[in-house]
Amino acid sequence: MTDRREFDVLIIGAGPAGLAAACCAAEAGRRVGVVDDNPAAGGQIWRGEHDKPTQPAATTWFERLRNTKFEFLPGTRIVGHPAEGVLLADDDRTLIELKYDKLILATGARERFLPFPGWTLPGVTGAGGLQALVKSGISIAGRRVVVAGSGPLLMAVASYLRRAGAVVPLIAEQAPRGRVAKFAAGLLAHPGKLMEAARLKWELRGVKYLTDCWPVAAEGNDAVENVTLQRRGRSWQESCDFLACGFGLVPNIELPMLLGCEIEQGSVRVDDGQRTTVKDVYAVGEVTGIGGLAPALIEGQIAGLAAAGEKEAALRFLLFPRRNARRFAQKLEHTFRLRDELRQLPADETIVCRCEDVRFDQLTEHYSWRSAKLHTRCGMGPCQGRVCGAATEFLFGWGMDSVRPPLYPVRVEHLARATVTRESQSTED
Amino acid sequence: MPERITLSVNGCDVSVLAGSMVSAAVSAAGETAFRTSVQGEPRGPLCGMGICFECRVCIDGVRHVRACQRLCQPGMEVSTHD
Amino acid sequence: MSSALSHQSTGADVLIVGAGIVGTACAAEFTRAGLTTIVVDKGPVSTGATAAGMGQIVVMDDNEAEFALTNYSQQLWNELADELPTSVDWDECGSLWIAADDEEMQEVERKQSFYAERGIETEILNAVALEKLEPNLRRGFHGGLRVPGDSVIYSPCAAAWLLEQACQRGAELRLGQKVIELRGHGVLLENGDYLQADVTVNAAGSWATELMPELPIRPRKGHLVITDRYPGFIRHQLVELGYLKSAHSVTTDSVAFNVQPRKTGQLLIGSSRQYDDETRDIDPDILQRMIDRALEYLPGLAELSAIRTWTGFRAATPDSQPLIGPSIEDEHLYVASGHEGLGITTSLGTARILVDQVIGRESAIPREPYLPSRFQQGVSDA
Repeated sequence: MTDRREFDVLIIGAGPAGLAAACCAAEAGRRVGVVDDNPAAGGQIWRGEHDKPTQPAATTWFERLRNTKFEFLPGTRIVGHPAEGVLLADDDRTLIELKYDKLILATGARERFLPFPGWTLPGVTGAGGLQALVKSGISIAGRRVVVAGSGPLLMAVASYLRRAGAVVPLIAEQAPRGRVAKFAAGLLAHPGKLMEAARLKWELRGVKYLTDCWPVAAEGNDAVENVTLQRRGRSWQESCDFLACGFGLVPNIELPMLLGCEIEQGSVRVDDGQRTTVKDVYAVGEVTGIGGLAPALIEGQIAGLAAAGEKEAALRFLLFPRRNARRFAQKLEHTFRLRDELRQLPADETIVCRCEDVRFDQLTEHYSWRSAKLHTRCGMGPCQGRVCGAATEFLFGWGMDSVRPPLYPVRVEHLARATVTRESQSTED
Repeated sequence: MPERITLSVNGCDVSVLAGSMVSAAVSAAGETAFRTSVQGEPRGPLCGMGICFECRVCIDGVRHVRACQRLCQPGMEVSTHD
Repeated sequence: MSSALSHQSTGADVLIVGAGIVGTACAAEFTRAGLTTIVVDKGPVSTGATAAGMGQIVVMDDNEAEFALTNYSQQLWNELADELPTSVDWDECGSLWIAADDEEMQEVERKQSFYAERGIETEILNAVALEKLEPNLRRGFHGGLRVPGDSVIYSPCAAAWLLEQACQRGAELRLGQKVIELRGHGVLLENGDYLQADVTVNAAGSWATELMPELPIRPRKGHLVITDRYPGFIRHQLVELGYLKSAHSVTTDSVAFNVQPRKTGQLLIGSSRQYDDETRDIDPDILQRMIDRALEYLPGLAELSAIRTWTGFRAATPDSQPLIGPSIEDEHLYVASGHEGLGITTSLGTARILVDQVIGRESAIPREPYLPSRFQQGVSDA
């Protein structure tokens, strides 16, 4: 049973980048389709904004989207790439062939999880992860949450959780104090960011922000009850109902890889016009490098206009704010890069691959991702290495395999169709 | 006025706001474990965004559905795995 | 063990090319017999069929030679079962051959007597009994034959364990080193090293012909699918009676129903056979045929979540029996390859028979059906 849809511009991902692209392409008169795994648009940063807008940028864009004509395919995952100009999607009922002239990849990023003793206890979630879960309806009122890991996301999450009624005693940031302070000082060059930072600081008054601090163990019986934190030689326990812990963001490059896009340092390589190395395929937002909302919106607009055939003139206007935004993204990466001590966190019996329950000591005997997969089944579960892959890359320096369809588990009856691929791949242009 | 939905989790009725994901319903039912791992560990959601597959539950007889990506519907029957 | 000057190994008794299930079983057996052993593989342990396949330990009755080797090997596996580490996931779930019609039911009865005469416990199931044991099979099958003594293992870990046993007894390991030439009493590696041994064993599976192009071995591509966990969906390894027709066909592409439960509750779905496609790529057409065939037996499979699919290559010979014994060309060069889809099972029996031949020990079963010399044209000395 196949459905078929045809679009001038097909956009994968309905976060800010994808939505900005959709607006621009549709407003330019193109037939636009947007696909997202989630039941509603917004991606991560705008999760829940579509009907309960709280952020000014989201409010503006969703308003603009309401007046835009495009087809939205929610609850839909891309599982394969059967032919040039065609993606195969799965919406849990059927497979859908999506034909396109231009493709915009706005697949975003996911959190990097690092294993430590007790990290598999229920209640230990990502930082963005807990925010997403609360936005999806989990009640956090009166619950005690320790936020840990790395990156400015931790502050945004802590702030959100507080507003949702949680008690957040502290944020544990692994980056060293000096680098974070330098980063904060450097915000003067980015006025918009400075305002945002000041606002966060106000919202987080009373929450300890501890640099050089990271979790070394989560403890509890059926769920997490406390976390042991370490900071400058001292360790102590904090009781908590949730440990919201994420160590930075990793671009979702699986679909770009399947398409043959060149990947550079873990993100999709694009030119100034957001073009990837594959003809007619653009990439925008976090998948091209972690940078946050501002670059995502700008890049989305650039690609949306370009995919719609708008002349270069429209793009020149947009280039300046984007260069600034990318410079900020680089500072971010430098400040919050992960320290070596985090490689010592797992104990021998700490689970690294959660799908297959593969322990750290089972992995240390292997010298490559491939060898580890074969003997331990690490990465062979339903997450297809999305969680353990980022961890093992940090822990052991293992690079990823090539990507093969299906990109997500599919029903057995759909599997063969999901595996159809093009014979050759064009990497010219 | 926010609409509420009633569905069942492990045989017990729970009420959630319309627009909530099944993960919220399971949590509202007081369950911390959504599934059991290969070695028998209790597991709950990790990533909240459909990547980790730790929140898999059985919905209306279909196993291995990611609870964080599925909207609650009235009368749904959710069970957490053994 | 290399001399700094000549890059030569000081010379072992045996050098085994290939660290898959057959090569590692041979290493374990040679070292048990007290021979100094080197194992060489161009990659890590088990990069060939051992990692790709189903890990079945089964008796087969298609002919006496096949029965003898699989039965002997299964006994050896059963003796080893308690020693195997948990990573090997030993599971004596048994096999169930399914009869789709009267003709196949007669085949069931023939199999039952064949096995009974040889002391293998089996049980004939009628339609009602079959349905009771395996409720997810579609209705309408006539019955089947249950073989309770068949087992399933996780082969890459079994091979690793066998190799570990060999190393504990002094075997030298050279992984990630490719053999490019067989030379007199030894092999030449890609890195220029020359390894000396009195006897060399080609256990390189579907790559055996790279070193010995004269071997009548052809790679036979297969597909497999693994699902998410559905404990209890099936209890036995299920296989259609047409399976052997597919396995023993020398020419056509074919599929045959074969589904296996793993200890985790995941289902492994097979099987397909193709010659003349030596790419690792998934062939969607034959995969579809394989799945369609599986759905004819287990319709409920359609909606289950499939996590991955992959391919592997079996080493196939013209008469479907492996090559175990001295090569036709060189009495110091032995072959242990060509096991088609039965490599996991017959690895242990292969190792025993091979070592028997090298050290001049009596074998528990006749060796003749597996000798490489059976493919020799005309008259010559072995």
